[in-house]
Amino acid sequence: MTPFPFAAIVGQDEMKTAMVLTAIDPKIGGVLVFGDRGTGKSTAVRALAALLPPIEAVKGCPCNSAHVDDCPEWADVSETEIVSRPTPVVDLPLGVTEDRVTGALDIERALTRGEKAFEAGLLARANRGYLYIDEVNLLEDHIVDLLLDVAQTGENVVEREGMSIRHKARFVLVGSGNPEEGELRPQLLDRFGLSVEVKSPSDIDTRVEVIRRRDAYETDHDAFMAEWEPEDAALRDRILTARKALGDVRTSNIALHDCASVCLALGSDGLRGELTLLRTARALAAYEGAGEITRDHIRAAAPMALRHRLRRDPLDEAGSSARVARQLAEVLP
Amino acid sequence: MSRGLLKMTPFDDTSGLPGRPPPPTDPWAQVGLALTLYAIDPAGLRGLWLRARAGPVRDRVLAALALLTPRKLHPFVSDEALFGGMDLSATLATGEMQRHAGLLEQPGILALSMAERCPSGLAVRLGQALDQRAELSLVALDEAAEEGEGLPPALADRLGLFLELDGFAMGETSEITLPQGLIETARARLDRIHKGEAQMRLARVARDLGIESLRAPMLALACARAHAAWRGADAIEEGDLELAVALTLAHRATQFPESAPPPEEAPPETPPDAQDPEQDHDQSPLDLPEEMLIDAARSALPPGLLAQLQAARVARGAQSQSGAGAKRKSLRRGRPMPARAGKPGAGARVDVIATLRQAAPWQKVRRRMMPERADGRLLLMPADIRIKRYQDQTDRVLIFVVDASGSSALARLGEAKGAVELMLAEAYSSRDHVALVTFRGTQADLVLPPSRSLVQTKRRLAGLPGGGATPLASALQMALAAAEQARGHGMTPTLALLTDGRGNIALDGSANRVQAADEAAQLARAIAGRGIPSLVIDTSLRPKPALAELAAKMHATLIALPRADARTLSATLGAALKG
Repeated sequence: MTPFPFAAIVGQDEMKTAMVLTAIDPKIGGVLVFGDRGTGKSTAVRALAALLPPIEAVKGCPCNSAHVDDCPEWADVSETEIVSRPTPVVDLPLGVTEDRVTGALDIERALTRGEKAFEAGLLARANRGYLYIDEVNLLEDHIVDLLLDVAQTGENVVEREGMSIRHKARFVLVGSGNPEEGELRPQLLDRFGLSVEVKSPSDIDTRVEVIRRRDAYETDHDAFMAEWEPEDAALRDRILTARKALGDVRTSNIALHDCASVCLALGSDGLRGELTLLRTARALAAYEGAGEITRDHIRAAAPMALRHRLRRDPLDEAGSSARVARQLAEVLP
Repeated sequence: MSRGLLKMTPFDDTSGLPGRPPPPTDPWAQVGLALTLYAIDPAGLRGLWLRARAGPVRDRVLAALALLTPRKLHPFVSDEALFGGMDLSATLATGEMQRHAGLLEQPGILALSMAERCPSGLAVRLGQALDQRAELSLVALDEAAEEGEGLPPALADRLGLFLELDGFAMGETSEITLPQGLIETARARLDRIHKGEAQMRLARVARDLGIESLRAPMLALACARAHAAWRGADAIEEGDLELAVALTLAHRATQFPESAPPPEEAPPETPPDAQDPEQDHDQSPLDLPEEMLIDAARSALPPGLLAQLQAARVARGAQSQSGAGAKRKSLRRGRPMPARAGKPGAGARVDVIATLRQAAPWQKVRRRMMPERADGRLLLMPADIRIKRYQDQTDRVLIFVVDASGSSALARLGEAKGAVELMLAEAYSSRDHVALVTFRGTQADLVLPPSRSLVQTKRRLAGLPGGGATPLASALQMALAAAEQARGHGMTPTLALLTDGRGNIALDGSANRVQAADEAAQLARAIAGRGIPSLVIDTSLRPKPALAELAAKMHATLIALPRADARTLSATLGAALKG
């Protein structure tokens, strides 16, 4: 079944904005969606795929290389034609084996023809696209280590059976999970550019609308998809426009200063937070068609860019969202 | 929250409410009906949570379900069995790649036995499969016997129907036969059922019952639709909704609204939800609480069951939070887990069978690549080697937090020291580590970091000072930090707080009682939130209500032990921790 249309997701504005912003500027680095059960976390991620503009890649290249020169040798790509294909959104299922993630020797060819050949894994397929991990907090530790390593270097290296295989693996990580099931390692947490917390809507009209749309999607699929297609298309256009405008958004010294002082006040670790905040604010400005990053953009971007980068404070039960809001009110009045 | 009209009562009060109308039909007939509805629309209902001990009553239900030919699944099923993998023997025999399909790859109904023992990892995998593959459906056989046991929330949220069979005597039951022909007729009618206001009304009831997840009303809708189809009707009616609420929503309730206000009062009042301008005001009668439906939910379950389900949810939550600490992967001991690639040595043992399985398919290639070694023997490469892994229970750390303030401090401290030494003496057999935090004056001290060394402990415990004010908040903060650190080292911490009074020193060292109490309460909640099991031992002569409150916030067991000596302390702690 085609995924639920992104535009038809009721409420959850912060989550939707965060996803749109990473689509505008993939350098922001992915989204982590944490929240209650049954709030449509994975629905939203799967819906995002339909919004992403297509990429240009060499035909037949297993890792979506943009130029013929980039194609890895082992792939034996003979085509030179550049084709447009949808931005890959690759699912990394729980319980996946290391071989499937990194790629391994092609067992079928080994058995049937006695040949040594490399079979590309999920990381190759996710190159230049998105890697989605549902229930990311339950991912096995050794897979997490592997992902962190590849995310760090942007390259996947497989040494096995006397073969040494390497290929580019640059992807945007999208994760979702339920905090009740377990926490996320800080190292992995830090890999996500943005994080959002989702809650079940509490007002009855929103809840009824969610159920209505979901029911229509399930029982009257084609009509429902047709009804929402124009809205999804409009959103896709807006993302493309914002992408083009991104380079022209002015960044004043005041904006830089604001970003730095918010991060300083919150004591977020490292410069990654500051950089992400700036990029997010810029993407937001581009999305809203503004020529310059304003304080409002920074204010709106700060919670999603910073809340997962704070040190834990056991005395603060309000949660990191409230802490960001409090500091924002003080630092950027 | 947006609940202005209704007062809420916690669900466990329901047993004391005035008589509610009994369920419309004989309860066993309702079980049969639920199974029929499940057979009509397994895809829409997503599954059935069957809570029952193994026995003849459950066998009757399972016999009826056998018609749906469920495939069996147990809580420790491997990923390969779930997701499929290479069929090694067939592959080698035919010389062509042969896969065997995983359980989740074939359409149909899965039956998960001993579902209460289902680890959350598996629950999530199954949940994902249910979300993505409409043709899958799951029957979870929950044999929960003890307090705090139950289905993992990731599954409980997704399975539509709930049935509890432990209340039935064998004599009240009879054989259930599902009428296959009628079921198929009803199934064919599903798409034609007119839903009317069912969506909105079920959303409202779910909200009134305090059910957060939006999956619940969707599942209730599927149930109401299946029942309407079963009746041969064209539209969902009141009875369908009542049944749907009883079968799919009642067990999820976290609250019950008290009886609604008299009807003449309600319509003129603006419901608190009406701030939204988009609301349809022409439906104002529907803004009334769904009393009939809520009654249906209330009378659907035997008294006390909801409290049990709730307890299981809480326990599950705490369990999964501490899960990383309570279990860990080990190379040497514990329950076996799937082998994985690695190097032998450093304590790892080679899994010979898994290694051979890994190497077998490559023999043909390797013989060709390395003709000089192809003498008929197995060609093994370092990358084939699989090492054994086990899941192990971790060591436990008992963190004593002892009040050393005030006049009676010396005696109490002495007894606490004695208890620590006694517990430590037993530590070798029970694999416990012990740590001690004392608090007096302006702040707490970590007198003894987690240790199993008796000698070192005795040395540190000797000559501890007592007396002064009570910096309880500081003590809790330090205990929490020690507990988190212990978790970081893969140990499972437990806190034991021994005190006779309330804190009077705030974290910043000032003698501000209000601030001190606030901070202590916050930290207590933080400890509960981290799922750290804890005990509060009230050593005062008369039990203090303030301590009971604190213990409740910590989700701690409260034990009143006036004039405790080291031996009773150690025995009580030992019993409480093992129990």
